[in-house]
Amino acid sequence: MTIGLGHYLTVAACLFTLGIFGIFLNRKNVIVILMSVELMLLAVNINLVAFANFNGDLVGQVFALFILTVAAAEAAIGLAIIVVYYRNRGSIAVDDINMMKG
Amino acid sequence: MDLSLIAPVLPEVILALGAMALLMFGAFSPEGEATARSAGWLAIAVLFAAAIALVTSTPAGAAFDGVFLSDGLTTFLKVLILIAAALTLLLTFDDFGRAKVMLFEYPVLVLLATLGMLMMVSANDLIALYLGLELQSLALYVIAAFKRDDVKSSEAGLKYFVLGALSSGMLLYGASMLYGVTGSTGYGAIAAAVKADGMTQNIGLIVGLVFVLVGLAFKISAVPFHMWTPDVYEGAPTPVTAFFAGAPKVAAMALLIRFTQGALPVAATQWQQIIVFLSIASMVLGAFAAIGQTNIKRLMAYSSIGHVGFALVGLAANNAEGTSGVLTYLAIYVAMTLGTFACILSMRRGDKNIEDISELAGLAKTDLRFATILAILMFSLAGIPPLAGFWAKWYAFLPAIKAGLYPLAIIGVVASVIGAFYYLRIIKIMFFDEAAAPFEAVESKALFVMALSVAFVLAFSLPFIGGAVGDAATAAAASIMPVVP
Repeated sequence: MTIGLGHYLTVAACLFTLGIFGIFLNRKNVIVILMSVELMLLAVNINLVAFANFNGDLVGQVFALFILTVAAAEAAIGLAIIVVYYRNRGSIAVDDINMMKG
Repeated sequence: MDLSLIAPVLPEVILALGAMALLMFGAFSPEGEATARSAGWLAIAVLFAAAIALVTSTPAGAAFDGVFLSDGLTTFLKVLILIAAALTLLLTFDDFGRAKVMLFEYPVLVLLATLGMLMMVSANDLIALYLGLELQSLALYVIAAFKRDDVKSSEAGLKYFVLGALSSGMLLYGASMLYGVTGSTGYGAIAAAVKADGMTQNIGLIVGLVFVLVGLAFKISAVPFHMWTPDVYEGAPTPVTAFFAGAPKVAAMALLIRFTQGALPVAATQWQQIIVFLSIASMVLGAFAAIGQTNIKRLMAYSSIGHVGFALVGLAANNAEGTSGVLTYLAIYVAMTLGTFACILSMRRGDKNIEDISELAGLAKTDLRFATILAILMFSLAGIPPLAGFWAKWYAFLPAIKAGLYPLAIIGVVASVIGAFYYLRIIKIMFFDEAAAPFEAVESKALFVMALSVAFVLAFSLPFIGGAVGDAATAAAASIMPVVP
């Protein structure tokens, strides 16, 4: 069996869905949300690289590199905000993020 | 080197260099509020320099191989964003000074966020769209949590970050599908590829379109992707909320206009359905959910959700007149919102900011000038003629009616009547309730913003103000040509 575009897209779609469910179903820890966000972005990267390969076009790979850099910056800022939040609240459990209703 | 190649990017270059220079200025000056204040004034100067460069010496055209576009539409929206950013920065000084958080990083972050917004407005490619959006969002996450000793502010930052990252992920997934199906990330190439036979029914294209629109709907806080808005508006420091309510909305709306009409004009029937749904849901939820609010910042959050719904009515019409309606709506919305937030910032007793609506009771008896200004802005937000808010809705609804979207226009009018209730309730509380303890005197900077906003709202009916804004919007909308399939 040859591995075609469809296989890559299926893997990426599964990872992406896992990422979204990780954000919404997780009730324990904000760090898990950060990991889920990374998972979503990596799924997108698989998509882009697979398309770039099968379309014979480099732009998708360039896009994937940009996403990797921005994801690093995003993780840095996310962790910084989590540290600030922990200092104020003494907890980063998702259930405790409830100072404001909603 | 041929500088004319990057001439369309001049305002962005000024902002980027300005932000870097300010960072150096802050790092090498003695720590303290004086440095932060000078950094704030310098940042306002940089914003004005960018605006002047934009209007006087930025040629229309494309830069960076067509990725970056400068035309009438971008000029209109960029001027609006720069003015909104400068005025909200002006509101920051006194409030942050009292809260002891006036740090030089804040003006730098505002400049970087504004730079991201300008790039969003000019983006003509999915990669440029993503980079502009992230430059803006990353700066905004930080300033939402800027009062770092305050639990509410850091919670607002955390919520904004999580939902912002989620929406970026959605948008990227959509972008990757669009790239895969059309083989390109440029809007022009995508539009050309979609013209092919049967392409508008392609499942990959539809999935990509839906995911990108979901990501953008998060950024303009359209229902059902609005849940972060009330919490972030309530938790963030008030000057930051004022910033959030104005410029980023304009930039995200610009992305939406450019993406729908620039990249996917042929798939108009597909995206129109989604825009109509977002518009109706936002208008209705904005009208009903605001009724029970007691915190005025939360109320303004629901108000902004409703106003986004009204602006989307113009986009749903999918013609040049509709786009011009959206632009006019955005200009008026920004003016009204800035004035209202200047009022909210002036609700103070001692050093404490008051956010409860009930504390406005009897304001007319203690400070008639303040009460009158707030009442005029509330009438305008409610859309009472002849104030600007009425004309905003007029210009957004009329193209929709002409395009045959009668149910949308009727629901919009009904929602704006229901929404008028909570604006009028504030006026009733101010003018007819027993007087509460008086507020501190209004500060001169807040008063300046209030006066500017009220003058615009009152004078909009005059042809040389309202007509000029309308003409500018029409000229701007003409630079992007919607295709009716």
